[in-house]
Amino acid sequence: MASAASPNLSIDVEDITKRFGALVAVEHVSFSVKAGEIFGLLGPNGAGKSTLIRMLTTLVPPTNGTATVAGYDIVRDPDAVRCRIGVIPQNMTSDPELTCAENIGIHARLFGITGTQRRERTAELLKAVGLQDRANALASTLSGGMRRRLEIARGLVNDPPILFLDEPTTGLDPASRISVWEMITHLRAQQGRTLFLTTHYMDEADRLCDRVAIVDKGRIVALDTPVALKSSVPGASRIEVQFEPDLPNGAADLEALPAVQSVRPLGSATYRISSDRGPASAQELVELARERQLELKSLSVESTSLDDVFLHYTGHGLAEADAPAGAGQAKKGGPR
Amino acid sequence: MKRALALVERDMRKFRRSPALLFASLVLPLVQLVILGNAFGGNIKNVNLGVVNLDHGPQSADVIERLRAVGANARTFLPTDYDDEGAAVRDLRRGVLGAVVIIPQRYSRDLLERHQPHLALITDNTDRSVAGAVSQQMSDLVASINAPQVTPRERAQAALDVVEVYPYINYIKYLLPGSVTLAIFVTAMIGGGMLFIDDKARGLHEGYMVTPITKWELIAGFNLSGVIKAMLAGMTVLVLGGVIAEVPNFFEPVRLAELTMMAVLTSVALIGMMFFIMARISDPLVPRAIFGVLNTLLFFPSGAVYPIAGFPGWLRWMSVCDPFTYAVHGFRTLLLKDSGITAVTTDIFALALTSVVVLSGATLLFRRTL
Repeated sequence: MASAASPNLSIDVEDITKRFGALVAVEHVSFSVKAGEIFGLLGPNGAGKSTLIRMLTTLVPPTNGTATVAGYDIVRDPDAVRCRIGVIPQNMTSDPELTCAENIGIHARLFGITGTQRRERTAELLKAVGLQDRANALASTLSGGMRRRLEIARGLVNDPPILFLDEPTTGLDPASRISVWEMITHLRAQQGRTLFLTTHYMDEADRLCDRVAIVDKGRIVALDTPVALKSSVPGASRIEVQFEPDLPNGAADLEALPAVQSVRPLGSATYRISSDRGPASAQELVELARERQLELKSLSVESTSLDDVFLHYTGHGLAEADAPAGAGQAKKGGPR
Repeated sequence: MKRALALVERDMRKFRRSPALLFASLVLPLVQLVILGNAFGGNIKNVNLGVVNLDHGPQSADVIERLRAVGANARTFLPTDYDDEGAAVRDLRRGVLGAVVIIPQRYSRDLLERHQPHLALITDNTDRSVAGAVSQQMSDLVASINAPQVTPRERAQAALDVVEVYPYINYIKYLLPGSVTLAIFVTAMIGGGMLFIDDKARGLHEGYMVTPITKWELIAGFNLSGVIKAMLAGMTVLVLGGVIAEVPNFFEPVRLAELTMMAVLTSVALIGMMFFIMARISDPLVPRAIFGVLNTLLFFPSGAVYPIAGFPGWLRWMSVCDPFTYAVHGFRTLLLKDSGITAVTTDIFALALTSVVVLSGATLLFRRTL
């Protein structure tokens, strides 16, 4: 039975929690995803992204809270949800001992698609993901990128309005990543699907997503468009500068400059400076070096990235959070 | 149910593509049938028998004549003459001889004087089969020496005539029902239980868990594909084994149909049992670890290799609870006795009951979620 969720919402999550014994993998998470949106969950390994996606795709029941997907409750009406979603899991779930065509064909049969319709759909999807020449190749013989494309084709077999992609480019080489990104963009642009993806790649979230939720230790710590998230961080520009020799008063000389907001010494006469006015700060640094008769060994200006956003909201970088221990960390049979 | 057939299609395609599975399912039962079938149950022959004649009279010559007749015809033993009792016993201890017969001094005279002389048979009782066969042959030989040359007139002698209902059943035929059941069991282990766990271990099950396939369809699909594979393995061993063991009138259609039905029932019961055991297991090492134990627990108490009547009480109870027992009995009755379906109703009932119990248990234990 469809719930009374707004027809414009593809996914509506209310205060959802998942515990595995004493471990809280997802804690009081609420958000909604509009129809036709590409929504990203950004966070390190063990943040609870995969557990959240597994709850929304009915693989794991929530401990508390509710969620509707395509207007259907994930607990009360899981079959209706499954009929309306496509899932590309983090692990390759296509069968390596079957051919590409067989993998798609059998998945179609699991959705009740049989006969001519099944054959046509299989051929159509193989063509869409550029694997028509490998239709009769065993999945085990495909490269990582091709295998991921096969997974995407399989996830689309029931022509779902909502597609879940769990870390779709993890483990792929740069060329394959770009190919998958293009496919994801195409899926939304041409077919108007809602895409829900998880990633721990900042550039991926920045490039693909209309909105991004930053997840850390099972909680959403920020949610907005990538642009809005970046603007919310003080110091829209990040400057790295190195002097030869070092400044007489070190960071204090830099903090005295009008356009500079904060300074972080990195050692070896190198400083990282946050500033709302990147070009103006760069000019001030050049003048400072001239006044003090110092050589500017290097100077680079970068805009704020989602990396900075993550650091700002969580207090640690993505790489630090990827450490094996911690809340929401994957364990066998538990969250990932 | 249509979605369950998708799982069947998947498994059948993989099964066809991986003949190693079918091969592995067939090799153990067929090798066991051919090797054990020919190694056990045959007549003991060519045992070296040392003969020490301390008498050298006419009656001992008769004994030696009879021993040589056995050596030339039944060939249970091959007599070799020894002059010295000590040398013969030494050779027995060294394994050169399997037994020693000693004809004592005064044997001929004592026999004629009706003093009941004793022939001595010394056997190597570390091998009970050989010792038993030689003892039996020697008992027959002594009985023939004692038989009166002229039938006494005073009193008629009772005799026992043994009639075998069925044509001669050698051990390989006796073993065939167990081999067929074993083929079904091995396929149930490899193609049923292990494949499901491997799916879990490789994360492949997530692929079908996110489709609308129901819990019942998943259970039906896994079990149906397992039953088809087990049936194929069982019927292959049945036909090959039937030809190897030279079962008479093996291809008689009604009997083949009855055997097929027994193979279906056995497959459902054993595949269901494996699914029940594996329903909550995720570690792919577990089924491999319990394979040998299960094989021993189910195969040997079933009467497949030795009659249940020879078991101690506790083992007989195990065989009552063992679904293998009913499969082996059913196949044996249909294969060797050709007694028809009515003779195996208890076996059919027991296998059907096992199927219902294990599949109900598996349904309760099986989880549709991760």
